[in-house]
This record gives sequence, C-alpha cells and structure tokens, in this order.
Amino acid sequence: MSEHDVLNPGQMPQNPEKATLEGKNKFMGFWFFLGGEAVLFASLFGTYLALNDSTNGGKSSEELFGLELVFIMTMLLLTSSLTSVYAMYHMKNNDFKKMQIWLGITVALGLGFLGFEIYEFYHYIHEYEFTLRSSAFGSAFYTLVGFHGGHVVFGLLWIVSLMIRNAKRGLNLYNAPKFYVASLYWHFIDVVWVFIFTVVYLMGVL
Amino acid sequence: MPEKVSESPVQFEYEKQKRKEEMKQQVITFALMIIFTIIAFAMVASGLDKLFVIPILLVLAGIQVGFQLYYFMHMSHKGHELPAMMFYGGAFAAFLTILALAALVWW
Amino acid sequence: MSTLVATNKKSFGSTIWDYLTTVDHKKIAIMYLIAGGFFFILGGLEALAIRWQLVQPMNDFVSAGFYNELITMHGTTMIFLAAMPLIFAFMNAVVPLQIGARDVAFPFVNSLSFWLFLFGGIMLNVGWFTGGAADAGWTAYAPLSTTSPGQGVDYYVLGLQISGAGTLMGGINFLVTIVNMRAPGMTYMRMPLFTWTAFVASALILFAFPALTVGLFLMMFDRLFGSGFFDPSMGGNSVIWQHLFWIFGHPEVYILALPAFGIFSEIISTFSKKRLFGYTAMVFATVLIGFLGFMVWAHHMFTVGMGPAANSIFAVATMAIAVPTGIKIFNWLFTLWGGNIQINTAMLWALGFIPTFTLGGMTGVMVAAASADFQYHDTYFVVAHFHYVIVGGVVFALFAGTHYWWPKMFGTILDEKLGKVTFWLFFVGFHLTFFIQHFLGLMGMPRRYWTYLEGQNLDLGNLISTIGAFLMGVGTIVLLINIIKTSVKNEKVSGDPWDGRTLEWAIPSPPPFYNFKQLPLVRGLDPLWIEKMEGRKGMTPAEPLTDIHMPNNSFIPFVMSLGLFIAGFGFIYQKQDIAWLSLVFVGMGITLGCMLLRSVKDDLGYHIHKEDLKKEAGE
Repeated sequence: MSEHDVLNPGQMPQNPEKATLEGKNKFMGFWFFLGGEAVLFASLFGTYLALNDSTNGGKSSEELFGLELVFIMTMLLLTSSLTSVYAMYHMKNNDFKKMQIWLGITVALGLGFLGFEIYEFYHYIHEYEFTLRSSAFGSAFYTLVGFHGGHVVFGLLWIVSLMIRNAKRGLNLYNAPKFYVASLYWHFIDVVWVFIFTVVYLMGVL
Repeated sequence: MPEKVSESPVQFEYEKQKRKEEMKQQVITFALMIIFTIIAFAMVASGLDKLFVIPILLVLAGIQVGFQLYYFMHMSHKGHELPAMMFYGGAFAAFLTILALAALVWW
Repeated sequence: MSTLVATNKKSFGSTIWDYLTTVDHKKIAIMYLIAGGFFFILGGLEALAIRWQLVQPMNDFVSAGFYNELITMHGTTMIFLAAMPLIFAFMNAVVPLQIGARDVAFPFVNSLSFWLFLFGGIMLNVGWFTGGAADAGWTAYAPLSTTSPGQGVDYYVLGLQISGAGTLMGGINFLVTIVNMRAPGMTYMRMPLFTWTAFVASALILFAFPALTVGLFLMMFDRLFGSGFFDPSMGGNSVIWQHLFWIFGHPEVYILALPAFGIFSEIISTFSKKRLFGYTAMVFATVLIGFLGFMVWAHHMFTVGMGPAANSIFAVATMAIAVPTGIKIFNWLFTLWGGNIQINTAMLWALGFIPTFTLGGMTGVMVAAASADFQYHDTYFVVAHFHYVIVGGVVFALFAGTHYWWPKMFGTILDEKLGKVTFWLFFVGFHLTFFIQHFLGLMGMPRRYWTYLEGQNLDLGNLISTIGAFLMGVGTIVLLINIIKTSVKNEKVSGDPWDGRTLEWAIPSPPPFYNFKQLPLVRGLDPLWIEKMEGRKGMTPAEPLTDIHMPNNSFIPFVMSLGLFIAGFGFIYQKQDIAWLSLVFVGMGITLGCMLLRSVKDDLGYHIHKEDLKKEAGE
C-alpha cells in the first residue's frame, strides 16, 4: 500500500485501525502495554491496601472521604467511556465530524472529572492538612489516585492533540489506529477508576 | 504486505447496520454499569454489614470491568485472542501482587 | 529517495549521525553490543576491585564505604547494564532474521529503547563523580536505601527508572514483532527456540518491569519528596519494597536465563547437525518456566518472617521450576547424543554451560528449602549459587552467542584459537572463583562484608577465589584482542559459515538493511536446513520482487531520552535547592515535546523500488 493510499484511502475499510501493518502492530502493542499497566496499578493498589490503616495518628479514610463527590466523578468518567465508544462507532462509519464531536464530549467529561479531583485534593490538603507527607496512608492514597489522575491528564492531552492535528484533513488509514488506541487508553483509565472507587472510596468508608 | 481491504458500498451499508445494532448493546451495557454503580454506592450508604457488602462490591466491580473490556474495548470481537491472553497474563500477575502485598506485608 | 547509497563509504561524522538516528534493528543490535560490552567491562573491574580487597584478611585496599559502592554498582551494572542489553543485542540482531521479517514492529521505539537504556546507564554511574555511587546493595533494601546519605541511591533510582522504561518498550516491541511479523509459513511451532525464548522473556519483561517502576517511584518519593512508604515512623513498611523488588527481580532472572537457553539450543543443534531433540517439550518448558517464574519471588525473603505457610508455598513452587529446567538439560544432552558434533568456541561454551548450570540449579534447590535457607541466607553460599546461574548460564551464553552470531552481525569470523583460549581461561577462572565460595559460605562467611579476620580458615579460600577472578579478567582481555584482531584483518565470510539451520543464515553476512529481498516461504522447523536437504541453495521466496517499505531514520529518540536524563538531575537536586526544579520542567518539556512532535508529524517511511533491487542484484 503506498503512502498515497494510506493518507487518501477513498473507501474506508471495515476496520480502519487494523488495515495497515503499522495499525495492526499498534493495536497489538497497545493491548500488550495495557497488560503491563495492569501490573503497574496492581502494585499501587497492593501498596495502598498494605498501608490504608497506617494513618500515623492523622485522618483516616472514614473521616476523609465523602461519597457525593466520588459518585459524580464516577458518573463523569463512566459516561466519558461511553462517549468514546460513540466516537469509535463513528470512526468505523467514516463519519469524521461526528467522531470529533463525540471525542470533544469525552474530553469535556474528562476535564470535569479532573476538576473535581483537583478540588478534592485541594480540599484534603487545606481542610484536613492531609498530604503526601502526613502518613504512609497519605503517601499511598495520593500516589495511587494521583497516578490515575496523571493518566487522565495524559489521555486528555493525547486526544486533544490528535483532534487538533487531524481537524482539517479528516480520517485516513494513518491516523485511524492512533485514534483507536487513544480510545483504548481512555477505557483502561475507566477500568482502573472502577477499582479505585470500589477499593479506595467505597471500602474506605465502610 | 497488507492487501487493500475496501468493501463495496452494499457491504459497507450492511456493516454499518450491524454496527448500529452493536451500538444499541453498548448503550444497554452502559445503563447496566450505571445501575451497578448506583447499587454499589447505595449499599455502602445504607450502612449494611461490612463482611456482606465488600464481596458484593468486588463482584460488581469485576462485572463492570468485564463490560468495559468485552463491550467497550471490543475484546469479544475476533482478532483479540492475543490481546486477551496478554491482558489476562497481566491480570494474573496483578492478582498475585495485590494478594501478596495485602496479606503478607504485616504478617 | 535513493537509499542504496547507504552501503557506500561514508565519512566518520556521517557514520556517527547514522547511528544516532538509526532505526535499523541490526545497527541498534551493534550499539547494544558495544554499550553492554562497555558496562560488562566496567562491572568486571568493580568485581576485580572487590576480589582484590578480599584477597587477604583485614585488607585495606578500599574503604568500607567504597566497598559498599563497589558491590552495589557491580550487581546493578552487571544485571541491568550488561546482561540485559547484551541479551537485547542478540534479540535485535537475530529475532527479526529468524522469523523472516524486515525489521521489528516498531523501529522508532526500538531506537528509543536503546537510548533510554544508555542514558539510564550513564545516570546510574554519575554518582561516582558526585560524592559516591549507590551503596545500599543492588537490591536497595529500605531503610538502608532510604536513609543512605548523598545522592548515590538517587542516581540508582532515576537511572534504573529511565533504563527500565526502555526495557519495557523493548519487551513490547519484540512481543508484537513475533506475533505480527512472521514470514509466510512461520507458524509458532516452527519458530527457532531462540525466538521462542525471546518471546517468553519479553512477556516476562512486560509483566515484571511495572512492579519495579512502581517500587522505584515509591523509593523516589520517600527519598526526594518526603513520603513515608517505607518509613515505620510514618506508619510505612519496608517489606513493601522487598516484595515489589522481587516481584520484578525474580522474573528478571528468567528474563536473562531464558534467552540464554535459547542461544544454547541454537548452538547445540547447529553443531550437532541435528534437529533440536524434543522441540515441543522445549517450548513447553520455556513457557512453564516463565509462568512459574512469577510465583516464586518470595523465596528471596524466607528470613523476613512471612510465616511457615507462605514460606512453604514459595519453597514448593520454587522447587517445581527444577522440573522444566531438567527437561531442558536432558533435551540438550539428547540433542548431542548421536550427533555429528563439531567442537568450536561457541560449542565449547555450550558444553561448559551444561554442567556449570546444573550445579547452580542444584544449589538452587538447596536454597529453596526454606528451613535450610536460614543457614545459607546472606552468606557466600548464595553468592556462589547465583553466580553459577547468572555467569554459568547467562554470561556463558553471551560469550557463546558472540562467537556464533559475530559472522552474521559483522561479516567476519572471530579467531578460533583465541576464542578457545578465552574459554579455558574464563571457564577455569570461573570455577576457581565461585566453587570455593560455596564452602566459604557454609563456613559462615557473610556476603557484603568488606573484610574478614585472620585465623578463621577463610584465608586460602578467598585467595583462590581472587586468583580465579583475575583469570576471568585475562580471558575477557583475550576476547577483546580477538575482536580487534578480527576487525583489523576484516576477512569477509559467506552468509552461512556454520552450515546453519535457521533463516538468519539464508541471507548475506552482514545482511542488507532490508534483510530479505523477498520474504521467504517457511516449510517447517529449521527452514533453511529443509531446503538444503532437498538440494536447494536457499529459501524459496513467498512473494514476487516488489517495492520494500522501510521506516525513516529519526533523531527524536535520542533527544527524548536526553530530556528524561536532564529531568533526572532536576529531581535529584531539587531537594537541596528548589531552583533545580527548573531542570525538571526543561527536561520533561523536551521529552513531552518530542512525544508531541512524533505524534503530529506524519512519518510514513519510504519505499525501495524493485528496479533498484534488481540493479543491485545485477552488480
């Protein structure tokens, strides 16, 4: 397949993200990477579970966490996962404009999530003086949730730069795999969040 | 060399229809995920016994993650055999890691 | 875009630029070989300093503090900066050729992996010049590491973090390469065993390195940002580090050992002129070792106090690994049996490996017995055990692979006579050094102590050990002389000097930059051998001569790694002066900027036109 065909495919194939060898490689490699990310987050979760009672005389999880905020954050992130499914749906239908719109909504929801998370951290630090340095529990909490937040930031930057870069030229076989793996990444962020709200917040206030 | 995999307009319409059906399933999946989340939060808020709630929370989380993987991330589609293998490999290592850190550190 | 000029003579500057920007797996392999070889020599010098300090009781060749730095850096350098990259050198040089591919799946990422490793390795060693290298042991156990003064351990943490990221990318790259890029007919069960072991080792990298990444992050936060993961006074627990380190650290042993097994499988089969005995069982054993390798890490921690239940589980799981390893040993022996054996340098290393590694495996079962391990733990018995496994297994394999694949990588053949001298010096030196250490350990000599008292029956053993170490050093020097001699002589060899069996021998030495003019059709295990047996000269092509798609060179990987290198200094010194934080922003800005550039700039590669290929063939 020549460069011209890749950039101007004419009729899009059924799975544009896997139509070129490069796309197939990206798709496979990114899934493998997510397998490694699972271990990365498991190590953080394990550390958190080992240290979630080590409050060092400071605030404990029951005293800190409120469920309302976490519920809203969860809804935002869950919905953003669905909207990125819609984006990929329109990518496969070769409807670039709708894909951009749904990706835009995904980014907006992600930003909302991030805003609440920053507010939450700010709140803990200023109201309760609960920081990375206050106890081993604090260290573990901020590291686990912060790593997830870092993934959200990176995912947002990634999706936005893809949207801007390709805004004028639309879909082709070169950028379709890029959009597809970015959406996989976004779903994985949601997978991790499911465990965070369950293990950290829900089990934390029980 | 990857061959050109374009399809005829008729087939494109057929696939499009199929994707539309699938999209409906995705929305149903999403609704279920929201319901599970609400159940999880409600159970914690209701103040039921810890030993009763925690296993259910973990099961609900597991189902939700399954939905994400198989529906949202399309792991149920063909061509995902190796991604599934590697992801479950990672999940296995992840499970051992969490088990050890949660159970052995303060032994 | 004309590309075949690449083979013409070039100026020194343009050669350097070519290597800085290359994405060719064969050139990256050569860079891995050179950098890994450099660190191997560095780690070897540290080892010699250690042995010289222990040559006699109460020696004062080095101070106690410097001794700690030496043992720490020796272990870290040898594992992360010598053994790993040298394994990657051979994986890069050989795996794409063995599966009949034109490059790896992600050539750009391949180059990034190398530069991350190199900058990480340099970072680790910067500590020597800034008031002392890392001194908490290569395992960096907390609280020793979290309270170690100076910046040595900080360099250890940041250096390993950077080079570890490179290794993780390399692992994913090889997984995808082997899954997606195999030539027509190259089914999984027709892959050469080296490719199989590279595949399983890459999967282990993928699942093991993230645990190290997290461990290093926690260590970095504890040392540089005041968190309390490992600090009991804040409610932390230092055992968490031990778990995370060994969840990574034990699979790491197999990440090194499995490709070593693969190298020996290729060599033994080639020079016995026989198909590898029990190929299917070998593949099965490789996968099983990889799987079991994840469930045994806590056998490094028997004396931590995990309780009898956990100790027993990990002891039994560890002993189970002896089964697939035994399968391998027997299969190598049966491959030799009745074979038309040709003993050259590569084969000598393979023959030396079998008994040596078996000894290491045997002491492995001994230390796996949890109750007995309370005696062996932290003595020279353990030092002897893991050197028998890592040197006897991995380093022997690297020497063997160097001799075996040198013709393929450089187009020249290493001198056999000097090669055999290297083998005998190193082999005898190795056993002199480490066999006696079993007994020193059983007599109670603890590891990591900088000296010992007179009159405890440790004198003679240590003297013998030191003599052996210097023999190994001389052996390595002979290899270097051999390499220089061979390169100066520059006598070219054919593409198939060993009468080989696998695909890499079907193409010229060194291979053209596109590897295969036409992708080969693979018709079974040992594909080249099959064709030879049927009287053909080479492989049957699986495709007509067409344009070949090639990736573009790129300088971005180098700059991206440099960015992280710069940021590393910022992280380390912001603790003393917050102004240093600016370096973090500069460095991370460079790296993220490079990532953005890579993401938005189209890089579609180029094509070699078939007319050019035909012209080249006509010359």
